[in-house]
Amino acid sequence: MRLINRRPSRPMAVFLAALPFVLFAAAYVIGSDIRLSANPQDKLLPAPSTIGDTALRLFTEGDRRTGAILLWHDTAASLRRLGLGVGISALISLVTGLLIGLLPYARRTFSDFVAVLSMVPPLALLPILFIVFGLGETSKVVLIVIGITPFLIRDLSQRVLDIPHEEIVKAQTLGASTTTIATRVVLPQILPRLIAAVRLSLGAAWLFLIAAEAVAADTGLGYRIFLVRRYLAMDIILTYVIWITALAFLIDWGLKTLSRRAFPWMGAGL
Amino acid sequence: MSFVSVRDVWQSYGGRPIIERVNIDVAEGEFVSIVGASGCGKSTFLRLLLADEQPTRGSITIDGGAPAREPGIERGVVFQRYSVFPHMSVRDNIVAGQSFQRPLGRFFGARLRQAREEADATLARIGLSHVADNYPATLSGGMQQRLAIGQALTARPRVLLLDEPFGALDPGTRLSMHDFLTELRAETSMTVFMVTHDLEEGFKLGDRVLVFDKPRWDPQDPGLYGATITYDFDARDRGIPYQNILDGLPSLGPAPVPADATG
Ligand SMILES: Nc1ncnc2c1ncn2[C@@H]1O[C@H](COP(=O)(O)OP(=O)(O)O)[C@@H](O)[C@H]1O
Ligand SMILES: [Mg+2]
Repeated sequence: MRLINRRPSRPMAVFLAALPFVLFAAAYVIGSDIRLSANPQDKLLPAPSTIGDTALRLFTEGDRRTGAILLWHDTAASLRRLGLGVGISALISLVTGLLIGLLPYARRTFSDFVAVLSMVPPLALLPILFIVFGLGETSKVVLIVIGITPFLIRDLSQRVLDIPHEEIVKAQTLGASTTTIATRVVLPQILPRLIAAVRLSLGAAWLFLIAAEAVAADTGLGYRIFLVRRYLAMDIILTYVIWITALAFLIDWGLKTLSRRAFPWMGAGL
Repeated sequence: MSFVSVRDVWQSYGGRPIIERVNIDVAEGEFVSIVGASGCGKSTFLRLLLADEQPTRGSITIDGGAPAREPGIERGVVFQRYSVFPHMSVRDNIVAGQSFQRPLGRFFGARLRQAREEADATLARIGLSHVADNYPATLSGGMQQRLAIGQALTARPRVLLLDEPFGALDPGTRLSMHDFLTELRAETSMTVFMVTHDLEEGFKLGDRVLVFDKPRWDPQDPGLYGATITYDFDARDRGIPYQNILDGLPSLGPAPVPADATG
């Protein structure tokens, strides 16, 4: 039988899915063990138990001076920036993508411009953003917006163009105006696409967020990681990395679930 | 008497004529089938009738009006696929046939309830009541096309354009769709243009069958000339042509005896 036609059975599939995780964890444990037995003071690969203790402390114990639990403050600050940035990007790209995809005049005006914009490396603009918007929240949110909006616009305008021309013609023969076509035919069909595109761009959004926080911030997950780097606090860094990964995973899962609930007509198309 | 008139219509893409010198007059209520080889320009002709494209030359008018510049409520259409809105339930697809003409494209309150009731009556007539709340993707091909036709008729077009509407259906479903379309026509007596690649279907449903073909052919450059209407069959009276030809063209009959010759 050809390799392309061989499929794992159900228990085998579960085993295979778990395998890389288990191997990775095992490799870490062994590596950490080797280093720690050579030098108990080694900080590079803290033992899993150390990370566990640190994580518990970070999640539950308040700061000695203020009593505030820093991790939750960092999380709130970062999620707020991320939410604002991604939300604003989604809104801008929804409107622009709709216009570009639907109106030949808008397409001629904006599509080349957006294509060029998307080539600008956003991180290279970060100094400019700090100069223009200061070191506060705005520059971080704007970096996320600049970073992911061109991609979202291009993806969404293409999705609008992908809607079969027959549907657009049909709507016209039913007497629909441009506005009606935009709001009743095109918009509902690209909303699930918007969610899919946002899911794809979340990785980049996190990247821009952490970069901006690393450079200039006084709170936030990225800020904290780069702060404790100076003390080589690998246990804290790893806790934060795992926490960020979990958050990213949860957000992605939430968006996927939302999409499935909100757009039952997509069927298996998601 | 001519309801739809097509005058010397040409359509070229990138300088290549696809159809050329098309002239035809169609009376109100006539059912015109269009057949021809694949790729000869049948769909192109239908798009011109639909005003989705403008002809390179010539004009198409309905009921003596100005040539349309974009698709509109006068011309309904059903394509082989993608003719219904996938994100709306079957019922809402029918409601859209009326509500899309409203400024916001929707009905509200009492008007919405009334439109839904009317839609349910339509669905009962086209045999789709049991799937009113489903989304089109869950329907069979024949049901989707029935929905598409029902939706198009809800907007009450003056001309209905069908581009291989049954092309993707199996033979049994196709036959029941023929009956369905014949029934609907008996109720509405609308002018219909239907592209089909099934000659039998064309003659069965149509009052007239137009054949598109290339009358001129350059063996060095097959794309040099476009297709035009090479035959225009009378498909009434079970497709036996020319039975009533003298009614339409008395000049073909025996020459009238000149008055002064008898005098
Ligand atoms: N928008 C277009 N641009 C360029 N060529 C086209 C376009 N639409 C159709 N054609 C060409 O015109 C010819 C006729 O197409 P079509 O009308 O779809 O044929 P049919 O429906 O009879 O099969 C084909 O060769 C097709 O490639
Ligand atoms: Mg065709």
